[in-house]
Amino acid sequence: MHVMHILKIISLAVLLLTATGINADVPKPKPIHGEGQCVEPEDDMKRNHMEYILHQRDETMQKGIRTSKHSFKQCVSCHAVKDDNGEYVRIDDPSNKHFCATCHEFAAVSIDCFQCHADTPRSTDKHELRVNK
Amino acid sequence: MKKVYFSEIDGNSMGYLAVVAILGLITALGLGAFWYMEHNGHWVTGMNNEVVWGLPHVFAVFLIVAASGALNVASISSVFQKAAYKPLARLSGLLALALLAGGLAVLVLDLGHPDRLIVAMTYYNFKSIFAWNIYLYMGFFVVVIIYLWMMMERKMNGFTRAAGTAAFIWRLILTTGTGSIFGFIVARQLFDSAIYAPMFIIMSFSFGLAIFILVLMAIYGGTGRPLGDAILFRLKNLLGVFVAAVLMMVTIFYLTGLYATEHHDVVAFILNGNNIYTKLFWVVQVIMGSLAPLAILYNPITGTSRGWIAIAAILVILGGLAQLYVILIGGQAFPLVLFPGMEVSSSFADGVVAAYSPSLPEFLLGFSGIGIALIIVTLALKVLGFAPNSLADADVDPHYVAAK
Amino acid sequence: MNKNDSLVDQKRRAILGGMGGTAAAIVGLTIAPGVLLTQTAQAKPVDEAISSKTRWGILIDTNNCNDCNDCVTACEEENGWGSGSTDEQKSRPDQKAQWIRTVKVTDKQTGYAKTLPMMCQHCEHPPCVDVCPTGASFKRDDGIVLVDKHICIGCRYCMMACPYKARSFIHETLTDQRSYMPRGKGTVESCTMCVHKVDNGENPACVDACSSSMTFGDLNDPDSEISKELARHGGTQIRADLRLNPGVRYQGLNF
Repeated sequence: MHVMHILKIISLAVLLLTATGINADVPKPKPIHGEGQCVEPEDDMKRNHMEYILHQRDETMQKGIRTSKHSFKQCVSCHAVKDDNGEYVRIDDPSNKHFCATCHEFAAVSIDCFQCHADTPRSTDKHELRVNK
Repeated sequence: MKKVYFSEIDGNSMGYLAVVAILGLITALGLGAFWYMEHNGHWVTGMNNEVVWGLPHVFAVFLIVAASGALNVASISSVFQKAAYKPLARLSGLLALALLAGGLAVLVLDLGHPDRLIVAMTYYNFKSIFAWNIYLYMGFFVVVIIYLWMMMERKMNGFTRAAGTAAFIWRLILTTGTGSIFGFIVARQLFDSAIYAPMFIIMSFSFGLAIFILVLMAIYGGTGRPLGDAILFRLKNLLGVFVAAVLMMVTIFYLTGLYATEHHDVVAFILNGNNIYTKLFWVVQVIMGSLAPLAILYNPITGTSRGWIAIAAILVILGGLAQLYVILIGGQAFPLVLFPGMEVSSSFADGVVAAYSPSLPEFLLGFSGIGIALIIVTLALKVLGFAPNSLADADVDPHYVAAK
Repeated sequence: MNKNDSLVDQKRRAILGGMGGTAAAIVGLTIAPGVLLTQTAQAKPVDEAISSKTRWGILIDTNNCNDCNDCVTACEEENGWGSGSTDEQKSRPDQKAQWIRTVKVTDKQTGYAKTLPMMCQHCEHPPCVDVCPTGASFKRDDGIVLVDKHICIGCRYCMMACPYKARSFIHETLTDQRSYMPRGKGTVESCTMCVHKVDNGENPACVDACSSSMTFGDLNDPDSEISKELARHGGTQIRADLRLNPGVRYQGLNF
């Protein structure tokens, strides 16, 4: 996994450098922020959100620890975006307005989270999210 | 006796280019099939939640088994010191590497997540025979490449026997591992038997040698280099022994099943069922793939005809594919025994023979394993000296006496 | 950005804003009345790891079992497969997910027949876990057998190894998952014993749907209802000859 992370960071850095250096006129992504405070400071989240999610993933899946602070479900729920018709924007929407897509499409860092995870809040859910610290 | 030396083949003829083009097309079709299956998901295949491994796995396992068998000719030369086989050893090593590469490519390209190959390489569950096999396959590449290096680098020739012995032991363990993929499965009636390991080893001898004979005849026929009868007849006699040995293992396997009441159902399903597996077993595996080659190889007339020897080798390969189809697909199609002795039924085909009809993409992917293996051999022959300039009897066999 | 801001669901923002403070408790109470208050009373604290002191199991009394299929429907609805999802339209019936099914067993000799639900048996010694090359197939400390879909490479060897045909491979792209039940193309899945509910102190959905005949509980706790019932009347393991010690036990199977 470390090798993958290093590769990702290098490719991200290269992409950002080329993007800012050569195409200065390409607009930077402006993800829609939730109101109020995120669970961690914004700068921290920009850099480390994947670490938090990864850590929580194994805590939840293997140890059954279901705190919501770094829960992936909670991210998707809070950062859900609706389109003009009031429908939640899907991850593969060409507008790239899905919260995760705004940056990930810009940086060309593909994520496979949503092959399995719900990319929007679901009305078919049988349980509301538990909200705890 | 002229000096035998290894040399690259010219590889400029139209024939050579045509071979490369055909093999390239087979490979490209397989990659296309992979993309199609991967893009859509496995619903476009005949595989399902009961027959989870299909035609690609039949080809993949066949190639992996044949790979270790293809190395035998080299082993006979280096480990058992038979001088007549020495000129064939390099080609034997090359073919082994190529067949394993072809088989593994098919296996990997059929995964639900081929993009996670890095995961397969970094996460290991050491109780899994599959995880061991990943090491055994990777190790096989390393060991055989070192072995080839010892053979091909004059300064290192002294280590050939040691490297060859290591490769020989490694390949026996590797095929044990491949057979145990099925031998270790307690859930399925046709699997769960220790005989799979030795049976797969004997199968590898047979399939690998059949492919080796065909490749040898193709190279020497295609390049016009001399290939003597003595060496070819040695190989075909050996093939006959291996084919008979496989038949013996198969007989023991099913006899054991016929004796124990617990196994009567599954053995009857394979040997006397109204299904494709029974037909494949008797017609293709036993008659076409075992008895016919034995008759051809040991008949004084056909056994000395190159055309018939080639036909026998092809039949052995077809029989081998049928054998693996019967084991793999038949073993999964036979209903799981949830309640021994009882009749079960459900909405999910409990108690019913599982249906499987392979789709075209599956065949193309599986078949491309052969294309990948052979294109590696074809290209490698042009780059490095794997094939001796002459395999004429007078040149290679120290005990050769010309017929009067 | 202001226009886009207004698109964000206000309620969900409120959750975000109040996270970790007193507002969270209030929101929690309003969105899930009763559930949080009563159910969490017996549950382990959410931040506490599961332990091997517990072994979850299900006891199924087949005497009342007919082909009503309620347990199957409840599972589909809860976990979002089969009739509980709009996905898997392309897959053939034998390619679709099947987490739980009803099986009819008949003794040919006597005609004695029983119907029972069949799903992942959550073995103590699961063959699927043994054979998995990457360790994606794993058993939690509390005995629940799961697939870690993050490292599942889709080789399907676990499906070869399972004696209960309890696992399904996903043959196509999915888009209609439940938030709490990730499932996706190219990975293998099976009954999770509703692990997301169990961790919150609730029963699996099938048990809730069939409380008259199904009992969920801790097999390691001699005072639990399931243990007491098993101690009193015993239970059958399916394919007990394989010595897998499944966590799902049956009553009323007199074969």
